[in-house]
Amino acid sequence: MKVLITEYLRINLDTENWECRRCDHVLNSARENYKRGLRVYDRDPREIHKPLLDPQRYARTYSPDPQWCRILEYYCPNCGTMFEAEYLPPGHPPLHDIELDIDALKAQWQGREEVTEPVTGPDLALEKVLLGRKLHAEHEHGHHGHRG
Amino acid sequence: MNDMPQKVELSGEDQLLLDKFLADNRLFLGPDPEIMRNHKIQPRSAMEETALAGGLDPHQVHHVRGLINAALSEAFTMVNQMGAAPGAKWGDLVTGIYTAQGDLAMIAPHGIIAFAACCFYPIRFIIKNWIDDPTVGVRDGDGFIHNDARYGGVHNTDQSMMMPLFYKGELVCWLSSTIHEGENGACEPGGMPAAAESKYDEGIKMSPFKVVENFQLKRDLVTFLQNSVRDPKLQLEDMKVKLHGVMRLRERIIAILDQFGKDMLVGTLRSHLEDTEAEMRRRIREMPDGTTRVLQFMDSSLRENALQKISLAITVKGERMIMDFRGTAPQFMNRSVNTNIASFKAALCTGLLQNIWPDLPHTMAVLSPIEIISDRNSIIDAEGEMPQAMSLMPMFKACVAWTIPMNKFNYSLPHKYSAIIASQYDQAATFIYGGITQHGDVTGNFCGDINGNGQGARSHADGEHSVSPVFGFMCDSGEHEINEEDTPIIRLGAQRIAKDRIGFGKYRGGMGYEQIATARGSGMWGFMTGCEGSKFPSAQGLFGGYSCPSYQLLKIKGINIFEELKKNPKIVEVFDIVRLMNEQPIKGGRYSSNDMGMTFELCDEGEVYMICQGAGGGYGDVLERDPELVMKDLREDLMSHENAWDIYRVVYDREQLVVDVEATAEARAAERRARIARSQPFDTFVAEWVTPEPPAHLPYFGSWDDNRRIYAQNPAINLKVVMDADQLQGVFMPNPKDLQIAALEAQLAAQGAELEACRAAR
Repeated sequence: MKVLITEYLRINLDTENWECRRCDHVLNSARENYKRGLRVYDRDPREIHKPLLDPQRYARTYSPDPQWCRILEYYCPNCGTMFEAEYLPPGHPPLHDIELDIDALKAQWQGREEVTEPVTGPDLALEKVLLGRKLHAEHEHGHHGHRG
Repeated sequence: MNDMPQKVELSGEDQLLLDKFLADNRLFLGPDPEIMRNHKIQPRSAMEETALAGGLDPHQVHHVRGLINAALSEAFTMVNQMGAAPGAKWGDLVTGIYTAQGDLAMIAPHGIIAFAACCFYPIRFIIKNWIDDPTVGVRDGDGFIHNDARYGGVHNTDQSMMMPLFYKGELVCWLSSTIHEGENGACEPGGMPAAAESKYDEGIKMSPFKVVENFQLKRDLVTFLQNSVRDPKLQLEDMKVKLHGVMRLRERIIAILDQFGKDMLVGTLRSHLEDTEAEMRRRIREMPDGTTRVLQFMDSSLRENALQKISLAITVKGERMIMDFRGTAPQFMNRSVNTNIASFKAALCTGLLQNIWPDLPHTMAVLSPIEIISDRNSIIDAEGEMPQAMSLMPMFKACVAWTIPMNKFNYSLPHKYSAIIASQYDQAATFIYGGITQHGDVTGNFCGDINGNGQGARSHADGEHSVSPVFGFMCDSGEHEINEEDTPIIRLGAQRIAKDRIGFGKYRGGMGYEQIATARGSGMWGFMTGCEGSKFPSAQGLFGGYSCPSYQLLKIKGINIFEELKKNPKIVEVFDIVRLMNEQPIKGGRYSSNDMGMTFELCDEGEVYMICQGAGGGYGDVLERDPELVMKDLREDLMSHENAWDIYRVVYDREQLVVDVEATAEARAAERRARIARSQPFDTFVAEWVTPEPPAHLPYFGSWDDNRRIYAQNPAINLKVVMDADQLQGVFMPNPKDLQIAALEAQLAAQGAELEACRAAR
């Protein structure tokens, strides 16, 4: 039995390992931080969010300040898929972001069918927005208030 | 040294007498921690027990719930249509119904959740303090007003009208309406003063008080309030609007009571709360046990850049969910970006319903089963004396705080209640304004653009552009023609999508749009902006998706665009921020790129101010983006060709936008190999990269490697303290102008010394 945890991570409940969903590479023990099974690169944020304003003229260019912010990119050591892009101040300890109780997970999935493809839920947030816009469009929004 | 007096042991009778004396003689009925720290629904009252004792027909409950919803919706529409505040016009309002003991039961389907999720606090205050107070009392026909967030509320720019509903002489429920009014007499116009250095700079601070008797506004009190704000007509008009919205709601609820009886109404409200709470617990049980975490970094106090950390760990165990915010930055004593914990929780409630489970009923019961832990005196749990006029900053973070850790729990579930979505752009990216209008009125408020945040990318699709604010599905970004009729603000150019400002990913975030504004026809006008994210991006990506970029406030000062256009109508080919700033077509202008946090400043006629609404975070690895979606972004002019290669590694014909599938696959494979080559194993990387403390050059606030130790570090004044998280003190920040003066004086002194040295050498 394997449980999908993110777009790129799954846990093999039988071997208790983290695995890459793209290349099936076994990363490390599911009882550890999955990041320990990945490779990391300290990316200058200006390489992704490139300066749009002329850096000769302006200090603020729409790029993040590399003295304040770095992007830690986490890659599968086998296939190079990027699992996470973690934005941190320089030198800040990476976050242990997923720490699941593996015994509880095993017990929980005993009564469930294995899911091999992720289920997509209904896009309720967008539905509500569209409904709100429809309602709004039905109303006359005339000028009111602030008249002298 | 004097001897300390011995504690006197009181008899039971004397103790009771003392307790009564103290209760009867409280010198100040301030915000009550017993009320303000309790976000849970209360135990059933006797009235609720009676109503539910016989059991209710679920079909009839459903029917009554529908009628209440329709009544709330009708009252909402009334307030929306009649309200004068820009916030009311574009959906920044709510109507709600509360149980007799002050639990928020239901809100209007299109209303702002957080407004109502705060309003039960002042209602509970009224119940606790005013019902039995002979000088106040609560009677049929009374209405109460309030705006101070310290008694419950998002921020002091919102005003509520709260009315008890009596039926056959008995208090059966409470009704409310709240609008983001804007102006409130603060030290800056518009109601959200980033310049507030104490709570006494925040303008009028209404604790809950009676302003309506016999269903009529008390004109003496209305006049006092009008006299306290810059927009007295707005104050009067919207007080009337809210009152009559609530009165219509009251009529409808009384009709329900007449038809179905008190027990059915009371039972429906109570069972709605209990059913929602039960459903929440059921959904929590479905989640895996464990802990997921997220960090959020706010990079500005709106007076200076300062990195403030919000730390969140969500732990699930069975049907328990604990949100642990310990490790978060300490409160600022003289900056407005603090919030009290009650307001923060209301934003959490909003975020859960907006981003995670939008299908759940919009009631406080969704938050009721969740345990929330915070450090007292942190920026999200600030004490009452702290300024909190720009509490939106941490509260918007609360709205999106769920997205990353909850999706790390919920992705695995065999049944999902809604789509997986990365973080929405979470800044109040709009112009706040004030001054004298072209009609000669004094005013202050904000533009509806606040409602145009880009949606986060979804696990199955790109995010929608400028979809809604983080705090409400239903708000519209407004019609500028109406704004131009009311105020001297003129928009230059269309609302262009902010090209290349993208949260990249397999699916990209929805993008924001450019806002280019100037003023015309006013004797005195000015703007402020209150956003973070100019140095450290604000909307986070998910599962390998990138965040949005940083955003800036751009200005062209010292010009009059109207004069320039009169002289040469073609001087600006297109009002596009990047081109204007890089090409500088108007000679003699002072072009500057600034932090998105700007306190109020005057805008002379024809000077240009430019900001963007921002993009939502991206989803997934950029190398997995369908190349055809990359071409679509190019065709729609959302992105430059450089990014198609640099970010997405797509090989294509630039003229025809035809993808070379094979070459793209090869390029992407090569990039994946390059990633492996340039990176390090995690443990090796951590050993080299992690520092024991925050870098000395950063103004940094919050924990670093241990949530029990909180840093307050400001290199500008050589401040560095480390506090125990449970003993937090507020941080006092220097006046940025004092720092600037000191720097200039030092420069002057150094140059003076140099001059003296030159003279001495001659």
